[in-house]
Amino acid sequence: MADLAASSAVSAEIVRERISGRRTDVGGRIFEAFLLFALLASLGILITLLVDVLTRGIGVFIDRGLDFVTSPLSSEASEAGIGQGLIGSLILMLLVAATAFPIGIGASVYLEEYARDTRFTRFITANIRNLAGVPSIVYGLLGLAVFVVALREITGPDTQGRSILSGGLTLAIVVLPIVIITTSEALRAVPSGIREAAYGVGATRWQTVRSHVIPYAAPGILTGTILSMARAFGETAPLIMVGGAVSFLATSDRGVIETLQGKYTTLPTSIYQWVQEPQRDFIELSAAGIIALLVTILLVNGLAIILRNRYARRW
Amino acid sequence: MRLLFLSAATLSVVITALIILAIIGEAWNFISQVDLPALWSGGWFPRRGMFDVPTILAGTFVIAGIGMIVAVPLGLGAAIYLAEYASPRTRGWLKPILEILASVPSIVLGYFALQWISPNVIQNVCVGGSSNFNMGAAGIAVGILVTPLIASIAEDAMYAVPRSLREASYGLGARKRTTSLRIVVPAAISGIVAALIIGFSRAIGETMIVAIAAGGTGGSVFSVNPCGQGQTMTAAMTALATGSDQVRGSDLAYPSLFFVGLLLFAFTLALNVISERFVRSVRLKY
Amino acid sequence: MPEGGRQLTVKDQTTAPVEAEQATDEGPTIRLMATETYDEAEQIAPAAAGGAEPIVFADSEVVFELDELSCYYDAFRAVREISLQVPRNKVTALIGPSGCGKSTLLRSFNRMNDLIDGARITGAIRYHGVDLYADGVDPVEVRRRIGMVFQKPNPFPKSIYDNVAFGPRVAGYKGSMDELVERSLRRAAIWDEVKDKLKEPGTALSGGQQQRLCIARAIAIEPDVILMDEPCSALDPIATLKIEELMRELKENYTIVIVTHNMQQAARASDYTAFLTMGEDRAGYLVEMASTQQLFTSPENRLTEDYITGRFG
Repeated sequence: MADLAASSAVSAEIVRERISGRRTDVGGRIFEAFLLFALLASLGILITLLVDVLTRGIGVFIDRGLDFVTSPLSSEASEAGIGQGLIGSLILMLLVAATAFPIGIGASVYLEEYARDTRFTRFITANIRNLAGVPSIVYGLLGLAVFVVALREITGPDTQGRSILSGGLTLAIVVLPIVIITTSEALRAVPSGIREAAYGVGATRWQTVRSHVIPYAAPGILTGTILSMARAFGETAPLIMVGGAVSFLATSDRGVIETLQGKYTTLPTSIYQWVQEPQRDFIELSAAGIIALLVTILLVNGLAIILRNRYARRW
Repeated sequence: MRLLFLSAATLSVVITALIILAIIGEAWNFISQVDLPALWSGGWFPRRGMFDVPTILAGTFVIAGIGMIVAVPLGLGAAIYLAEYASPRTRGWLKPILEILASVPSIVLGYFALQWISPNVIQNVCVGGSSNFNMGAAGIAVGILVTPLIASIAEDAMYAVPRSLREASYGLGARKRTTSLRIVVPAAISGIVAALIIGFSRAIGETMIVAIAAGGTGGSVFSVNPCGQGQTMTAAMTALATGSDQVRGSDLAYPSLFFVGLLLFAFTLALNVISERFVRSVRLKY
Repeated sequence: MPEGGRQLTVKDQTTAPVEAEQATDEGPTIRLMATETYDEAEQIAPAAAGGAEPIVFADSEVVFELDELSCYYDAFRAVREISLQVPRNKVTALIGPSGCGKSTLLRSFNRMNDLIDGARITGAIRYHGVDLYADGVDPVEVRRRIGMVFQKPNPFPKSIYDNVAFGPRVAGYKGSMDELVERSLRRAAIWDEVKDKLKEPGTALSGGQQQRLCIARAIAIEPDVILMDEPCSALDPIATLKIEELMRELKENYTIVIVTHNMQQAARASDYTAFLTMGEDRAGYLVEMASTQQLFTSPENRLTEDYITGRFG
């Protein structure tokens, strides 16, 4: 505690002695070092992971290059590739985009632009937040019950419903709450002045939303949807539940509907199959598949960030 | 147009209702048909009719617990450093790295658990041998998965503490460590608790890591030994869903899938609702 | 660099006066000189310049001595070469128009500016004869003796008791905390209002009460000096008066330095007043410092007179 009484004069020597101190605070330094260690440990783990994956997987790319990227699944490690997985993932992404985005953005627009603040609205919003926290495998269970079993006739009469259509719809539901939440944030960020200006010249609510609010919020919405795609791209658990783990994708002499109703594999599920085999070649295959997966996700995330930065400056 | 959007919004409610209905329906099927002793039978072997619930609960919480032991110090440590110690420049490149770690899909961490953590860490720690598949490796990988989530939410909460409080503390002659631990952390505590709860909920719901690395695919006896195999709720579900085209075996295997799903849904829903109480203005990181 | 025929003086060059043009209602433009050293002003235009030496005190009475102190944020100089003394057990006010660096100056007294990246000083500030910025001086020890109350009340989100007890606990106080808390709250003239609700959060009090709580919190570590940075600017007039009364009581035990842009407050509550203003280079500098009575009734510098009569600021 301070010890220089103000009510009497104090000599400079005493003061100097009192306020000079050990500049190094040992406890504080240790604490800071621990914190930095925590941060660097996370970094270190990431690096270890990447190094391991690269060293084990890069050989496959070097030896087989394009062949690996285009080959279908096979029980022979030296012939298997991610070709079917990539196509399957691509189709899934298209399905997700076609279903989750319109519904999600529509729901968001309603909640932010049309709905009044009633108990019902608040209930829906809370509901969506809870849905965002539900583990993705539970959605897989839902997909199993609804798309695979109940809607079997639509989703895949020949495959007992374990079709890529089921997979796509299931993933769409996984992604839906996230799309709604990010779109809502983007809409909320639109300054109310923009809406007021539009109403002021006599626009209807839909006209305002369509011509003013959404264009303004578009970069944010775009970023959110791209990021949710990146997340969906890596999802595996729900697909396992709806039957995507053990199948091959039939080749292209089928029509669109038949393909959609057919069996499939995706990049993550291909990796999952390989990971379960103990032989070294399959381990290398899974590492190679992971490289492809990480590269794709990194590119997609990077794209989202670039878009966000570029459009953010415009306004 | 309004109607169109309204229907989209109502769809979200429909989905929740569907989840609950579909799951409860089949789960009830299971509950009403199962013999109670089967729920306490020493092991989870659904195709043999053994549905020991404590087994899968033990597996879930052991792995989630190990995950939290890893994620809480790493996540909170990183968060405090970023919020209190890092210069804006350092923050500029450290936060994106955390975000990259957050975007790694769980299947990659499952691979990492089996191929690296298990041989390099677990085999060294667990004397007396352990199988390649074990709960410890899965738990550590779950921890790695959850760390960026905890770090992100906790850091947001701490960053939001007003500067004036820190100034007051420094003005009284407190050092940085004291200010961080005795002023900032307590002021941000609700956000920090929310971060922990959300992290735990994520750990419980994690599937791919445990499906790949924890073993117990055919079933598992009750075990809390991290050096050995185990079965979580999530892995039990994947095991039931794969294996053969129809979920055969004991007639109860298919409904048991929904029973476990209901358990999982109930746990995570409860945790998320509790965390909502603690979240005031913390951004939801997905 | 300003345009026209005006020159800025820099410390190392030969001094040439800084000219400030003041247009007044009373007729033609009168050129005033505000210079760096006050004796020069005497030579150049004794009548108009009126830059008195800042008041000097007996050695045993001096708590702070500023010696050509300048405060910088990176390359920007916020405060220019201030030299003055602060006496003990008195209330010294720093007044001047907003933006002239008064807060920056005040914060240099307890090294709070250290917390800002790029903040540095030149010159010296001596506390009981000891250079505060010398090597080996621990800013934390400095702050335990030179406390601070801020513009906006900032109680911790803790109980009233814990707010007051925080500083002593951190400093390792081993005595009776209850007594210390009560004593501090009494000295801050808030004991009667909170003695029955010590466990309640400090943030639940009114603005004026919060500020008195912050004063109690600052007093609890038994400092030598209390710095106050516009402590009443966020408060209503009644709360303001209470705090001004409090300052008069506090000076018996503490040295008080207060920054205020409210002249009347300075006139009411302080014993000595220093008037600062902003120069052409946007750096604050000392115009005049004297006993409050003298400064407000017969200021020696024209700028001071203009300020206190409300012609600018």
